[in-house]
Amino acid sequence: MTSDPTQVFRQEAQDLFEQLEAALLDLERTPEDRDSIDTAFRALHTIKGSGAMFGFDALARFAHHLETAFDGVRNGKVVASPGLISLTLAAIDHMRNLMESGPAASQDAGDRLIERLEAMMGDSVALPVDRKAVRLAQVPARDTATYRIRFRLPADVLERGVNPLLLLDELRGLGPCAVVALTEMVPPLEEMKPGSCHIGWDVVLTTPAPRSAIDDVFIFVIDDMDLQVDLVTNEAPDPRLGEILVNRGDVAPEQLATALEQQKQIGDLLVSRGDISDDKLKSALAEQKHLRQVAAEPKGQGGASESIRIQAQHLDELMDRVGELVIAQARLKQLASTGDSHLKSVTEEIERLSNELRDTTMGIRMVPIGSLFGRFRRLVRDLSEELGKTITLGTSGEETELDKTVIERLNDPMVHLVRNAIDHGIEAPDKREAMGKAREGHVHLSAVHSGAQVLITIRDDGRGLDVAAIRARAEEQGLITPGTKLSDGELYQFIFHPGFSTAREVSSLSGRGVGMDVVKRAIEGLRGLVEVGSTPGRGTEVTLRLPLTLAIIDGLLVRVGTGRYIIPLAAVEECVELSEADDLRSKGRSFLNLRGALVPFLRLREMFHTRAAAEDFQKVVIVSTGEMRVGLVVDQVIGDHQTVIKSLSKLHADVESFSGATILGDGTVALILDVPHLVEAGQRREPCLAAS
Amino acid sequence: MNAIVSTTALEVLTLSLQGEVFALPAGIVSEILDFVPITEVPNAQPFVGGLINVRGKVVPFADLRFKFGMDRPEATLDTRIVVIEVNLGGEPTIVGILAEKVYEVTIVAPSALEETPRIGMRWRSEFIRCIGKRENDFVIILDIDNVFAFDDRAGQPER
Repeated sequence: MTSDPTQVFRQEAQDLFEQLEAALLDLERTPEDRDSIDTAFRALHTIKGSGAMFGFDALARFAHHLETAFDGVRNGKVVASPGLISLTLAAIDHMRNLMESGPAASQDAGDRLIERLEAMMGDSVALPVDRKAVRLAQVPARDTATYRIRFRLPADVLERGVNPLLLLDELRGLGPCAVVALTEMVPPLEEMKPGSCHIGWDVVLTTPAPRSAIDDVFIFVIDDMDLQVDLVTNEAPDPRLGEILVNRGDVAPEQLATALEQQKQIGDLLVSRGDISDDKLKSALAEQKHLRQVAAEPKGQGGASESIRIQAQHLDELMDRVGELVIAQARLKQLASTGDSHLKSVTEEIERLSNELRDTTMGIRMVPIGSLFGRFRRLVRDLSEELGKTITLGTSGEETELDKTVIERLNDPMVHLVRNAIDHGIEAPDKREAMGKAREGHVHLSAVHSGAQVLITIRDDGRGLDVAAIRARAEEQGLITPGTKLSDGELYQFIFHPGFSTAREVSSLSGRGVGMDVVKRAIEGLRGLVEVGSTPGRGTEVTLRLPLTLAIIDGLLVRVGTGRYIIPLAAVEECVELSEADDLRSKGRSFLNLRGALVPFLRLREMFHTRAAAEDFQKVVIVSTGEMRVGLVVDQVIGDHQTVIKSLSKLHADVESFSGATILGDGTVALILDVPHLVEAGQRREPCLAAS
Repeated sequence: MNAIVSTTALEVLTLSLQGEVFALPAGIVSEILDFVPITEVPNAQPFVGGLINVRGKVVPFADLRFKFGMDRPEATLDTRIVVIEVNLGGEPTIVGILAEKVYEVTIVAPSALEETPRIGMRWRSEFIRCIGKRENDFVIILDIDNVFAFDDRAGQPER
């Protein structure tokens, strides 16, 4: 593990901020919820402690003030008022800022927050304490327990920026403790590396905190340290030295027995003095030995932790290897298809295994989308406050899993969509009431699996889209000729057109002009599609169709001339034959009559400057870009193909029609079509062709 | 004219394109492959108009003959693909380049290295690092990063 420890801290802190935020928002709804208060307090405590340990001193100092406030809440001295929660939410933003930009960032803002916090604390304490809070105060303190903690840090711990003294201080903070340094591992002076940590520590701690609080102290180093925490049972308040040594594992029971035999034992003394008989002594010793064995048994190995942190890079490498395996397996399958039956059965076995391996590996990268949805609670809260609208956020399908990279890259487009739904979609409360709707607006986020795709829906119950206004605007901008027959769905797609509807308020989605094309591009960058549905007066629904993973897609393998290309199957609607009539007619115009609908088509052999002569029975693959349906004319449709996506190098960054490449079963490379870009390029070509 | 361009000996791989002997620093060469089928990338710069499969990786294929304005006859039994690592604006990239014939890995002594003459060269001087004398002949030692950095269509460095 060579990762930068401050980076680890940053990641952990992000998680903690999110936890804290969630707890605060819960608390806002149910102010006396004990669990939320505890979670908030624990998060603040950990931010403070770990922040100090990794040198984020300003952050730690700031968190300290908040921790004090929440200690008050925990003890029932302070009420978790909406004011305190708002202030703490603002404080979280400040702490994020401190972590990103260092202590120089907005010192004033921090001071002001602390001032307000202190003022509020004064008020809250002075006020007659709320009845609910009194009840909280009476929650009995947990019983104390004594733990025997032995830890030894990795040798390079100092180089990683961890100060063991701060760890000890943090343990002391949990309760009274006795600390003994273990120096037997310290090497002779000439072999000693001054930068390494050779000392281990034994700590006996009596604390009311749960066992997990001790693990939390070591949270940033726990993966590669030796940590042993044992509960000291209070049954023998005055244990013997020998027992303590055995319990600590410093002396094996056998060793103790030998040592005790060598010593002139008390038993032997008693026997030699004639006070007890030999037999009685033997019996007593046996009992003692038994008890020791029983006492030694529950100690044993500490259970391994159930989850580990892995760098995303390692997962990417693993995915690459699996991708290569899938390709090699496809080659093997092709070779085996002509071979004998034994080879075939082994090949099938390997195919099954590699498919399973691929699924498992992809599964590792999967993260439930709930983590993303959670972030919107804060956004919705802040925006409704800002705009004076009451808005509730509902979520469903939080457990739906998506590739981690997809989730990260979904954040910005979704923020945009949610913001727009609230800003432009949902009407002001008075207006809603006048329309006979509830004053409270509602935004719903949902996620659901659908085949190899995940559908994410952002739904609001606002005013909906104004189709007529969109049509008028599209005609005005010259995007369609007046009177063009278009479905509502096709018209909605115009809101994604760059620069569309920025000029005036057209509909609930307008004013989104600048943003919606960015949203669309971001989703297309994830090989996804955006769909819009709307009912006037009832609301708008934006659906994002996303692939489960960015690494492997289902593709349709086609041939154009001698070249083979992959069309992402998600974009494919159907395949039809290019009738001779259409082919000939299309010399002038490139339209296809598809069950009564006119579908424009692009000849890939023209776009790719294929030299080989065109073949007789050309096929058309109908693809959808969301905005429109387009036919792609190819020479042959070969079939579906599990496509491992390899990105193109910088040398081909100027080639827009392809999103990547893959390796086929026979070892040759095939390009993956970037359908939206290809269609765009085709549209640009049209005027040129018309001119020539 | 005998300006010394290097104080250390240079280990190079020599190869030929249209009768001319070029040399690449041996350190950037990762492997030499037999000629394999090349997948054409429509609408790419002709010079990097293809992709090849190198041990499961998709690698761009470059034909330097475009850069040097040479004829491009069909591949023969001697044709090889030299897989090298070039630096594209700070990003190390694996590229396969065509060689009509690969000769050897050899060491050019510092005394045999000379600066590129200002005149008498058919090609852009940026492409050439220096000239190495070898027995009665010359080898042209390429500055491969520069060869890839110049976009012919833009006519200037693409950085």
